[in-house]
Amino acid sequence: MSVIELKHVRKSFGTHEVISDVSFSVEPGEVVCIIGPSGSGKSTLLRCINGLETYQGGEIIVHGESVDATKSRIRGIRTRVSMVFQRFNLFPHRTALENVAEGPIYVKKEPRAEVYARSRELLARVGLGAKMDAYPAQLSGGQQQRVAIARALGMNPDAILFDEPTSALDPELVGEVLSVMRSLADEGMTMVVVTHEMGFAREVADRVLFLDGGVLVEQGSPDEVLGRPQNARTQDFLRRVLPA
Amino acid sequence: MEKFFSQSQEYLPFLFQGVTYTILVMLCAFALATGLGLILAFMRVSGIVPLAWVARTVIVVVRGIPGLVTLYYIYFVFPDFGIALTAVQAAIIGLGIAYSPYMAEIFRAGIEAIDRGQTEAALSIGMHWGLVMRRVVLPQAVRVALPPYGSTMVMLLKDSSLASTITVADLSLQGKLLASSTFENTTVFTLVALIYLAMSLPLTAFNSWLERKLRRS
Ligand SMILES: Nc1ncnc2c1ncn2[C@@H]1O[C@H](COP(=O)(O)OP(=O)(O)OP(=O)(O)O)[C@@H](O)[C@H]1O
Ligand SMILES: [Mg+2]
Repeated sequence: MSVIELKHVRKSFGTHEVISDVSFSVEPGEVVCIIGPSGSGKSTLLRCINGLETYQGGEIIVHGESVDATKSRIRGIRTRVSMVFQRFNLFPHRTALENVAEGPIYVKKEPRAEVYARSRELLARVGLGAKMDAYPAQLSGGQQQRVAIARALGMNPDAILFDEPTSALDPELVGEVLSVMRSLADEGMTMVVVTHEMGFAREVADRVLFLDGGVLVEQGSPDEVLGRPQNARTQDFLRRVLPA
Repeated sequence: MEKFFSQSQEYLPFLFQGVTYTILVMLCAFALATGLGLILAFMRVSGIVPLAWVARTVIVVVRGIPGLVTLYYIYFVFPDFGIALTAVQAAIIGLGIAYSPYMAEIFRAGIEAIDRGQTEAALSIGMHWGLVMRRVVLPQAVRVALPPYGSTMVMLLKDSSLASTITVADLSLQGKLLASSTFENTTVFTLVALIYLAMSLPLTAFNSWLERKLRRS
């Protein structure tokens, strides 16, 4: 069974349609990268999967269950599909460790001691073993984003959605976040990654989707989409973002 | 000056009787205004259109009516509808209602100061609305809301003197009675002013201390 499946999804803000008839699915262990120009609807698509936005047509199915942002069942789905945001969105009044432990303790109601032990392991795994008790404001952007990834992992999700996780980072901090993501991919985590990092997409993705104007223009292996794009819009976009 | 001190000794016990009512009205009205303000603020930020609309309307209407008139209304008009309250009850309820819009706006400003991204992060780990408020929004909103909340308490302390207009024997009414029976206006009202000041200064000092402490952390 697919972890995530989209069938003919449509989404508009008012009369402005930002997702038009998008269908694709994500299989267990797969890494899917979504690329496309600014305003093409990439963030909106992820937000629909997580029920942070409603959609007007088609269906999004997570683990066999239909995503409906207006139903309380959405909360169950959200505990199985975590999200990592462009601007980290850590809770500033809580330490790194507390940020990671928050969901398991208060949402999943797991025993505190176990959660803290696991959260420490997760922080160590993203290279922040020494920063457990730091507040977000005391951490660099790259460190904050790694805490955010640990927070996502803390929920033991079936999949993680990343929305341009490195776009708000200084160039020298991008690598540390990408390397954490790469190791997650190697361990078989199911991931949907909106990114402008073409190198990451080429090396890590199992499949690349090119979105333009809310339309899923092209999809395939990184070699196909990034190496031998068939569609003129894809070719045009790649010419602009890839160094010659 | 000597006269002032000797008269003070004579008058203070009588004025302190009023202080009890002033503090009682102030604290109870403050608690009520806080409760009503929280409810109104939650309604406004709930995202549920009819609730937000009701809250907005209540805020605009109550804020547009002088507190004094609200007190008169509750004390003199409610009995016509079969709701008879003691003067103290009417003062507490009236001031509590009159202050609730300010409280609501203070709390709302605090809640809305919290970045939307955090709410989304909290939702995305499966929190429900109440948990988002309790664990993420309110702990931070408190820092934003506390300074104006504190100054509202000082304002309410002073406005509790409105209760005297509906016969609550608070500090200001005791002062007025004393002055009209002794004709010692200067002594009496100087004492009344000093007692109000003695109550509000510690509150103000506590507020600034709290504000400094919050800014540091
Ligand atoms: N809350 C909203 N209300 C109205 N329009 C919106 C809203 N959010 C996004 N849009 C519009 O939807 C379209 C898609 O936006 P989206 O943020 O999904 O694009 P994106 O592909 O993530 O772009 P970027 O690369 O800049 O992040 C844009 O035209 C945007 O203006
Ligand atoms: Mg985006």
